[in-house]
Amino acid sequence: MTSAEIRAAIIDILETIAPDEDLTNLDDAKEFRDQMELDSMDFLDIVMELRKRYRVQVPEEDYENLVSMASTVSYLEPKMVDIPAE
Amino acid sequence: MPRDFLKDVKDKYDVIVIGSGLAGLTSANILGRAGYDVLLLEQHYKLGGMATWFKRPKGHIFDISLHGFPYGMLKSCRRYWNQEIADRIVPLRGILFDNPQFTLKTTYDRASFTDLLQSKFGVAEATIKEFFDTARGMNFYDDQNLTTKELFERFFPGRNDITRLLMEPITYANGSTLEDPAITYGIVFSNFMSKGVYTFQGGTDLMIGLMKDELEANGVDIRINCSAEKINTEHGKVKSVTVNDRDIQCRSVVSNANLLTTIFKMVGEEQFDKDYLEDAKAVRVNNSSTQVYMALGPEDHIDRDTGDLLFTSTAERFETNRLLSRDITSRTFSVYYPDTRPHDQRERHLIVSSTNARWEDWGNLDNEAYEASKQDLIETTLDALEKYLPNARERVVYTEAATPRTFYHYTRHHEGASFGTKFEGLPVSQALPSQITGLYHAGSVGIIMSGWLGAINYGVIVSNEVDQLLMQ
Ligand SMILES: Cc1cc2nc3c(=O)[nH]c(=O)nc-3n(C[C@H](O)[C@H](O)[C@H](O)COP(=O)(O)OP(=O)(O)OC[C@H]3O[C@@H](n4cnc5c(N)ncnc54)[C@H](O)[C@@H]3O)c2cc1C
Repeated sequence: MTSAEIRAAIIDILETIAPDEDLTNLDDAKEFRDQMELDSMDFLDIVMELRKRYRVQVPEEDYENLVSMASTVSYLEPKMVDIPAE
Repeated sequence: MPRDFLKDVKDKYDVIVIGSGLAGLTSANILGRAGYDVLLLEQHYKLGGMATWFKRPKGHIFDISLHGFPYGMLKSCRRYWNQEIADRIVPLRGILFDNPQFTLKTTYDRASFTDLLQSKFGVAEATIKEFFDTARGMNFYDDQNLTTKELFERFFPGRNDITRLLMEPITYANGSTLEDPAITYGIVFSNFMSKGVYTFQGGTDLMIGLMKDELEANGVDIRINCSAEKINTEHGKVKSVTVNDRDIQCRSVVSNANLLTTIFKMVGEEQFDKDYLEDAKAVRVNNSSTQVYMALGPEDHIDRDTGDLLFTSTAERFETNRLLSRDITSRTFSVYYPDTRPHDQRERHLIVSSTNARWEDWGNLDNEAYEASKQDLIETTLDALEKYLPNARERVVYTEAATPRTFYHYTRHHEGASFGTKFEGLPVSQALPSQITGLYHAGSVGIIMSGWLGAINYGVIVSNEVDQLLMQ
């Protein structure tokens, strides 16, 4: 997957986790928490969805990489490069 | 021949979940939904653990632990259960406090508290905001030395009345005291405070029924009247569970039974490191409870203005210790109107009074003293109710009491603990899989993982780890 495809995949996951949030104006450089209501269970859900959909493992010590869209995508890039886009 | 509750059970499962409390049910559901072969064992004949109810002749249905939970339940039920369950979560609007320091009504959310603290308690808005933001910003890896008492002193020095307002409901909700770490307060309080107190419309029986349907749809093999006796290990890994004289193989176990029972009775000390055992032995269980269940006659009704949840006390000052005393001065009354079970044509009005309690005050009484103490509990509760329900004694047509012994009997929790363990239980629970590969504990621990929402969310956190292990 390219970084653009990974970004789209994350948006798709966020839409199921937080259906009430408007993600069209999401600023990739800013922390998710500052732009939408996400708690620790929401971050866990992102991790679980990534494993379910793409079999990507995110160990607990790496959760801090999921703070913003930009950091999430760059963390996932090497892990998802060999995964074909849907 | 006694009935075989394990009839047609398989020889091997991916996961065996021991116990069907909300944490166990949720783990079983998530792992079943993810496609694993899951066996759920429950020693009682009902699912739900402390999320339970009982029926009495003439149509009375009493809920044990449906007094209120935070808004977060809605999201957790939608995601980890289904929309039908989430749709039944509704707010409770009439939360009342009545004690010698103040009497007030609130919707129990941040806006209402900010308003009350300013208008009735004379606190500056900036202080209130700072307090809420501090509580909200607390994480469980933050400083554990600051106590809840110190937190209140910092923001509201010398204000026992404010401590009461902010703390009393939390003490009832999870047994925590002013001496517990402030972070436990901050995490639980900010959860509760965001959007008020909620309940499940339809009653606990309906919720557990809907959960059972969902589990079955996800292929979970559910077995009641099946008490897991032993968790067997081999080379530091779980191997099987002994239940009703049978050994069932498995790749992992999620124990929703009491943490200490799991370690010391089901696995056995010899399987753990010395340091781990020491930490485990130091874990304190939380307090227990008493309840008095009261029903009104079929023709009678309670005025809606009475409120839904009443935090009452006759004690001049607030001290968490006194909430545990057998000499009861503080009670929470939950009032159940017919819309608790809108589908029920009988339109009953019920009241459940709850107090926190100590095992020592009930556990060792002989039968006669125990019965007398129970009767005394009922009588004094009816006296206290009079103020909120005029002529209570004549109008209440059915009463029954539950004590720490009752809670022990139904859940097997050490000393009838209502809310799991104190804070130190959480790291011991989380470290279990590092001691025995494939063995997890999910259930009320550490104060923050307690209550309906805490138990459900801990079930999710643990399932995530189990999934990670099984996928390898
Ligand atoms: C009086 C009272 C009032 C409460 N009120 C509220 C409230 O208003 N709001 C709220 O959010 N929370 C409330 N709570 C707390 C809440 O009910 C609990 O925190 C929550 O239900 C606990 O869930 P759990 O998953 O930890 O397990 P539990 O409910 O403790 O369930 C454990 C299960 O494991 C089973 N089990 C144990 N050993 C074995 C074995 N060897 N084999 C098979 N099965 C076994 C037990 O039978 C039980 O079903 C209340 C609790 C009490 C006691």
